[in-house]
Amino acid sequence: MKALVFAEQRDGKIKKTAFENVSLVKKLGMDFECAVIGDAVDAIELGKYGAAKVVHYKSAKLANYTPDGYAAVLADAMAKQGADVLVMGATSMGKDLGPRVAAKLNASMATDCTHIEMDGGDLKIVRPMYAGKVLATIKLTSAKKVVTVRPNVYAAEENPASAAVEEVASDVDFKTVVAEIVAGAKGKLDVTEADIVVSGGRGLKGPENWHLIEDLAAQLGAANGASRAAVDAGWRPHDEQVGQTGKTVSPSLYVAVGISGAIQHLAGMSSSKYIVAINKDPEAPIFKVADYGIVADLFEVVPRMIEELKNRN
Amino acid sequence: MNIAVCIKQVPDTETKVKISDDKKSIAEGDINFILNPYDEFGVEEALKLADGGEVTIISLGPDRVTSAIRSALAMGAHKAIHIKSDAVPADPGATADALVAVLKEGNYDLIFTGKQAIDDDHTQMASLLGEKLGIPAVNVVVKLEVSGGKVRAEREIEGAHEVVECPTPCVISAQRGLNEPRYASLKGIMAAKKIQIEAKDVNPGPNQLQIVEYNYPPQKSAGKIVGDSADAVPELIRLLNEEAKVI
Repeated sequence: MKALVFAEQRDGKIKKTAFENVSLVKKLGMDFECAVIGDAVDAIELGKYGAAKVVHYKSAKLANYTPDGYAAVLADAMAKQGADVLVMGATSMGKDLGPRVAAKLNASMATDCTHIEMDGGDLKIVRPMYAGKVLATIKLTSAKKVVTVRPNVYAAEENPASAAVEEVASDVDFKTVVAEIVAGAKGKLDVTEADIVVSGGRGLKGPENWHLIEDLAAQLGAANGASRAAVDAGWRPHDEQVGQTGKTVSPSLYVAVGISGAIQHLAGMSSSKYIVAINKDPEAPIFKVADYGIVADLFEVVPRMIEELKNRN
Repeated sequence: MNIAVCIKQVPDTETKVKISDDKKSIAEGDINFILNPYDEFGVEEALKLADGGEVTIISLGPDRVTSAIRSALAMGAHKAIHIKSDAVPADPGATADALVAVLKEGNYDLIFTGKQAIDDDHTQMASLLGEKLGIPAVNVVVKLEVSGGKVRAEREIEGAHEVVECPTPCVISAQRGLNEPRYASLKGIMAAKKIQIEAKDVNPGPNQLQIVEYNYPPQKSAGKIVGDSADAVPELIRLLNEEAKVI
């Protein structure tokens, strides 16, 4: 079974999730090539992780993402590069694009996979459902397959190869255009992409105390998250919400501050590699999933953490 | 405008999901079913944009899904189609084929879905419908303007918003933030009861997603309580650095 790893780029830079997926297919021992779509793209980077063959579908029109344009190119790329399974990141782009390509190829698709292994000549795939309350082990029985892999689950492992990049001029028609990208708060890191997430909940008592979360996150180089309670109360924007009706995250470190750990929150973060809980209620369910806990007033603990980390940095 | 909203009935978020003994399905016994929360944003947006046109609710599933359909009708939708099926197929592509067959019979300017169903989390439907109908789809939309056959939609991406332009007809998947869904009034609930839900038998497409088994995630064993005051902070930081090696 041959894989095509779609290497997502924004502003010409390949995203980390592409390197993770190259490492994944190498680990599975699959024959693979990469596909890049865009104008000027730093495609050679893929070689660092072991990609030997990259086809860059090049067009000024395709510098920015367009779902129908990219889908048409990728469906053709699957045929041209002779691949059976298309692998991409379960990012905003991957989730938007994957089903379109799948529909073009009469393929079935597995979204947001957290584990993939070879089973005979077949892929055995694990993907969370109910925001992680259940793990479904599935197989895609269609001839062509599409899988999106959750970012941060597989490590991007450097494994230098000399990548041969073939440029193919691409010309497709499309109806959907990205007119502009409105950046959020400057340099804001998204919870789904961050290696460390610091989240706050009802225990913060109000938005006026959120500087504690922001300062702690800044010391750790982390993204800010929030519980549903904090978002429903209007303290934080919904794009920070972690949980079943928010975002599902798998960072290396998740710090839950003043979050009790409602079932719908736990569903969204319990696959984090390490979890720290700070809560004054020793019975809070968050301690059941935490690797390290401090049972104390967050208004004393968090300032101390910020101070200690500052001294360390 | 005539607008369709494809909705799904799902277990509410407080539900403790139980896997059946054969590990091949989810036990439905104690589940409290609701209208998928993201679909509510789609229904609300459709009602706001219809402007004299009709809003049609479409849902596939067993008889119980009519209660989710009634919830959407109670918000003010005008018509409903129930695609009867003993179960929702494991493969969203199969469900999409059935929805597409029904959507093609209507003349819809816009089609809404929620950004994802909170049960199976496939996050595929809007793009599948768009591709299968040969029209654009914009996902995870938090702001929408429609005029003169043109759509300008803002969608959430990592740490930013993407402003997408496309012509109608198109498919929009709704994200929280798009609007504030109305509560159904008593009058709306009573009116919804009088609306005849049109039942249809449509064969779903081929199921190409095989469930091998369902499992619960590995239970994390409760970890270490490092301390009960701020004095535990240096030790916590040492553990994160030396034991977990994450900072």
